[in-house]
Amino acid sequence: MTNGGTLAVRIWKGDAKGALRAFTVPHRPIQSVLDVVTWVQRNLDPGLAYRFACRVGMCGSCAMTVNGIPRWTCRTRVSKVAQDGRLTIEPLRNLPVIRDLACDMRPFFEKWRAARGRFAPTGTRADPLPRLAPDSPGRRAVDAGIECINCAICHAGCDVVAWRPDYLGPAALNRAWTLQNDARDGDRAARLQAVAGDGGCTCCHSQQTCARLCPKGLNPTAAIAGLKRAAFAAALRGRP
Amino acid sequence: MGEARLYVAQRVSALILAPLVLAHLGLIVIAVRGGLSAAEILARTHDSPLWAGFYGLFVVAAAVHGSIGLRAVAAETLGWRGRGLEWATLGVGLAFLALGLGAVVAVIA
Repeated sequence: MTNGGTLAVRIWKGDAKGALRAFTVPHRPIQSVLDVVTWVQRNLDPGLAYRFACRVGMCGSCAMTVNGIPRWTCRTRVSKVAQDGRLTIEPLRNLPVIRDLACDMRPFFEKWRAARGRFAPTGTRADPLPRLAPDSPGRRAVDAGIECINCAICHAGCDVVAWRPDYLGPAALNRAWTLQNDARDGDRAARLQAVAGDGGCTCCHSQQTCARLCPKGLNPTAAIAGLKRAAFAAALRGRP
Repeated sequence: MGEARLYVAQRVSALILAPLVLAHLGLIVIAVRGGLSAAEILARTHDSPLWAGFYGLFVVAAAVHGSIGLRAVAAETLGWRGRGLEWATLGVGLAFLALGLGAVVAVIA
């Protein structure tokens, strides 16, 4: 069912040297930006490349730049973001464009690896489960950042990543901070060294764009501030 | 020098600079409103260990803070990295230090 109107949609076509192409799309009630992209692919441009999976805000694969701002398109209503019935949909910033709206996510996940964003267990499956008090400060710090869905919206929105592409970025550093607060993790000294080095947490300007844009309501800036405090303390102890 | 050490140096120098800058601005207002001449100001600062220490610390903190800050600006806006940037940072810091300490000596000696 349409509400009678149409949307003037411009969608990025091609790789980094591509251009915006205009489409006219029916405006429907309760329509998401992902619905618009899907409608264009099904009805106007079968070759349009884009990425999505769950459509319910869990998988983090449908992030795109909508009217200049990175958003999860499956949970972004057209009625909220369209300006006078106009939508401009582009791939995420700060990542190489493969084609149309699909970015190469490898640099993003390579930064997770560089930040040692992998849990390093200290026990084995034969050990009893460790008891973690839900209200302990460490567990609370983990809770604050653990719901990241790897959508790369914070990475696309971060000006520091745009200025210096070697900066690890808000998502990888947020992940590192959750692991630094995990009492079961055994890689904290090496991880702190990894995130306090060149392109690490000290590059952050605390502009908080990541916190403003995060669709899950996380605050990577606060996580990075935690890493800065830890790096500061380690440097004073002579272990930068 | 490691990034974390530079970070510590910049934050600690900022901590030192903040009250010194406020005091410096206050002194300017007092001197101007009080109608002090340059000769009267120099008479007060001449051979004064207090003013030598105040502005000496000010200059050292400003040289450390400014050079590390410019290093970040150069890295972000020019994409400058590596050994050249480190030497440039050191050079800028030493230049700030020389200029600042020269001014301190001029009003104290």
